[in-house]
Amino acid sequence: MRRYIVGRLLLMIPTLVGVAILTFVIMRAVPGDIVALKYAGSPVPQSVIDEERQLLGLDKPLWEQFVVWMGDIARFDLGTSLWTGNSVVDEIQVRFPLSLELAFLATLLAIAIALPLGVLAAVRQDSWVDYAIRVFSIGGLAMPSFWIGILMILTTLTLWGWAPPLVFTPFTEDPVANLAQLILPAIAVGYRYSAVSMRMTRSTVLEVLREDYVRTARAKGLRETVVVMRHALRNALLPVVTVISLEFAFLIGGLVVTEQVFNLNGIGKLLVDAVAHRDYTLIQAIVLLLAAVFVLINFLVDMVYVVLDPRIRYS
Amino acid sequence: MVLVFNRQIAAFSVALALVFAACTPAPKTGAPTQSGSAAEQPQPGGTLTFIVNAEPPSFDGHRETTFALLHPIAPHYSTLYKFDPNDLSKIVPDVAAAMPEISADKLTYTIKLRTDVKFHDGTQMTSEDILATYQKIIFPPTGVLSPRAGTYSAVQSISAPSADTVAFKMKYASASFGTNLASPWNFIYSAAKLKQDIKFYEKNIMGTGPFAYVSNTKGQDWVGKKNASYFAKDKNGVQLPYLDGYKALIITDATAGVNAIRSKQAMIEFRGFTPQQRDTLSSALGTSLAIQEGPWVCVNYIVANSKKAPFNDVRVRRALSLAVDRYAGGDALSKITIVKDVGGLLRPKSAFAMSDADLQKIKGFSRDGAAAKEEAKKLLADAGVPNLSFKFLNRNITTPYEPVALFIIDQWSKVGIKATHDPKETSAYQGDFRSGNFEVGLDFNCQEFDEPDLQLQKFLSASKGGAGLNFAGYDDPKLDGLIDAQSREQDPAKRLTLVGDIERYAMDEMAYQYPVLWWARIVPYLNIVRGWKIGSNHYYNQQLETVWLAQK
Repeated sequence: MRRYIVGRLLLMIPTLVGVAILTFVIMRAVPGDIVALKYAGSPVPQSVIDEERQLLGLDKPLWEQFVVWMGDIARFDLGTSLWTGNSVVDEIQVRFPLSLELAFLATLLAIAIALPLGVLAAVRQDSWVDYAIRVFSIGGLAMPSFWIGILMILTTLTLWGWAPPLVFTPFTEDPVANLAQLILPAIAVGYRYSAVSMRMTRSTVLEVLREDYVRTARAKGLRETVVVMRHALRNALLPVVTVISLEFAFLIGGLVVTEQVFNLNGIGKLLVDAVAHRDYTLIQAIVLLLAAVFVLINFLVDMVYVVLDPRIRYS
Repeated sequence: MVLVFNRQIAAFSVALALVFAACTPAPKTGAPTQSGSAAEQPQPGGTLTFIVNAEPPSFDGHRETTFALLHPIAPHYSTLYKFDPNDLSKIVPDVAAAMPEISADKLTYTIKLRTDVKFHDGTQMTSEDILATYQKIIFPPTGVLSPRAGTYSAVQSISAPSADTVAFKMKYASASFGTNLASPWNFIYSAAKLKQDIKFYEKNIMGTGPFAYVSNTKGQDWVGKKNASYFAKDKNGVQLPYLDGYKALIITDATAGVNAIRSKQAMIEFRGFTPQQRDTLSSALGTSLAIQEGPWVCVNYIVANSKKAPFNDVRVRRALSLAVDRYAGGDALSKITIVKDVGGLLRPKSAFAMSDADLQKIKGFSRDGAAAKEEAKKLLADAGVPNLSFKFLNRNITTPYEPVALFIIDQWSKVGIKATHDPKETSAYQGDFRSGNFEVGLDFNCQEFDEPDLQLQKFLSASKGGAGLNFAGYDDPKLDGLIDAQSREQDPAKRLTLVGDIERYAMDEMAYQYPVLWWARIVPYLNIVRGWKIGSNHYYNQQLETVWLAQK
């Protein structure tokens, strides 16, 4: 088991290097230039543009830029933002807590909705309860979370002249202000997220309920709750956990539009701004971070499988 | 000698007054205007919360060119001169003690400084600080960027003859130098800090302005507090600034910005909103909202790549201008986006703008749109391209680029031109313009003043002064000569004539590039905000020292 874990951790390195190379190449292939953009519309002579490009090291050949960057990465130096001149770690550090908390809240909400409703829909298959839950989940899939967010804001603005606070307050400083800002986006995102998980829970529970061991459990005279919760749900959880964890990883950097709608200072918005600015070092650092989060979560999910299903053993 | 100086000071002031006579627009007729009266006594205290819809790249005003730097950071700094926040048509001293004394040959500007100005760290400001500041702006050392250095190309040297005097020696008399001393970008920096590290101000704030720095959370907000030892007082002798502090919220999405004002989490966004956003706020907030509107020193140009056929043919370029009925466009587009007035190369009704009668004589600016379109068709036929088709490069920003481009494309279609809209994100758009990888495009020009030297830089030869600015790509020594001549002309009336000649030559005779519509600025805000006046651009009047809140 230990060897497996070490192997998996070591495998992360080539994965991340691959991501780094791909990001570097793709971004350089995209037309546009940070310096021209910085001075867009201003009467700035070409000499200033050339000088700034030189200061940023963008006048060097691509292979040289890549070697310098990889050298920095090897020393755990992610570099400085070409746009602001600040360390990219500082830029990310400011935004990461908000994105992480929003992803956590949305996941919590999604689990709280998806698991009970998914199981209920499976247990009451083809009843009105099942239909109602399916309509509810299809609604979540059909409506983009940013649109739900816009509706929420317009509703609270129209009814009470209120909108979520615009400035992030850490939960530890003021839980009320923190939740006032994040609860609406968490609901908007969590609802859609729960729809996916709910449908997955329903279908896997339905599948498991038809297994022989469930029939055996019922034949033993166990209560239906015990049969469903202990025997069916636990075995049905593997794909659900996979979906939930991958969605969680996606939420950390993927809520760009929702962040725009609620003016949340998160990683997704930072990434989009960085792409718009052609801030190569910042883009590369964020993509590497998000890739690392994905890889790490995948690894953790594999570990959770062992806990959920004792039949699984890694060697 | 004193008499001579006084006359020159008076002449200088009159010239400046003429230049900026039109800088302060009258409030739009019929629109809600700023509430409160001039007789109201400003109330001290409170925190102004405003929106900035972008983030400053660095904190150094000398090296950046975006308003996103000025709005949160300008309140920390002073400049040598500034536009009077109570009357934006006037330039007044800021850390200068008086208007400059100009020598008889107009080659030396001597400026006396206030002696009561202190930096936020308590050190006294002296002429050494002005000297170091302007040396950095005009003669930047290697590795230091100063994008506006060229604006001061007439300056030969700067000196500090005494602790409270600074002098600028000119190579030649410049018509725009006095105005440029009021540039909102020219923050006064500490000589000691610059000596320590010439790039100190890229990441630090330490000025002499009305507000001291408190904090900055990247991507979120910028906070300033009252500078208790600020040197300026109002006309009643009350210490400025009135506010206890300010908070600039960084909100990049326009709808989120509207919602922030609607929910009263923000009071104002100084750059402006669209007509629809104004109307949304107006219907939601009613009398809690005040609105100021006025013209804007921003304009879109149609630029044909004169290095590519058939746009190297002046008949084709002229036809492109003739086909566009700007007056009809102004009426229609002003209802949905931020453009309105028809004008030449200088903002309509500004001191150096052409009269309407003269403007309408220029091809493409006549009020008879139908006749102009007929002429355009004839020119295209004569040039052998009656069914001209091309890609029309544009910026993929809705306000105002997309509606303006769609209007132009529609107008062109009426003379048989098939233009395909080619919107690109700003970086790629700028890249295509700079590399000449386009046929016809929609360019833009925003300036901090109605100053011909600034507005005409884009018209200088592409391989000389217009490098990186003149995307039409032509070289024209005659036009360069005309632009240089107006720049040296000290008599405002003669300069006006010279600028008119340039407009006729560049927009009509050669039809290199020409304006579509000038932008219009709309600033809706909570009516508790007082003491701020809209100017003809979103760059100046951002020190906020005269702003106050009616209720706190």
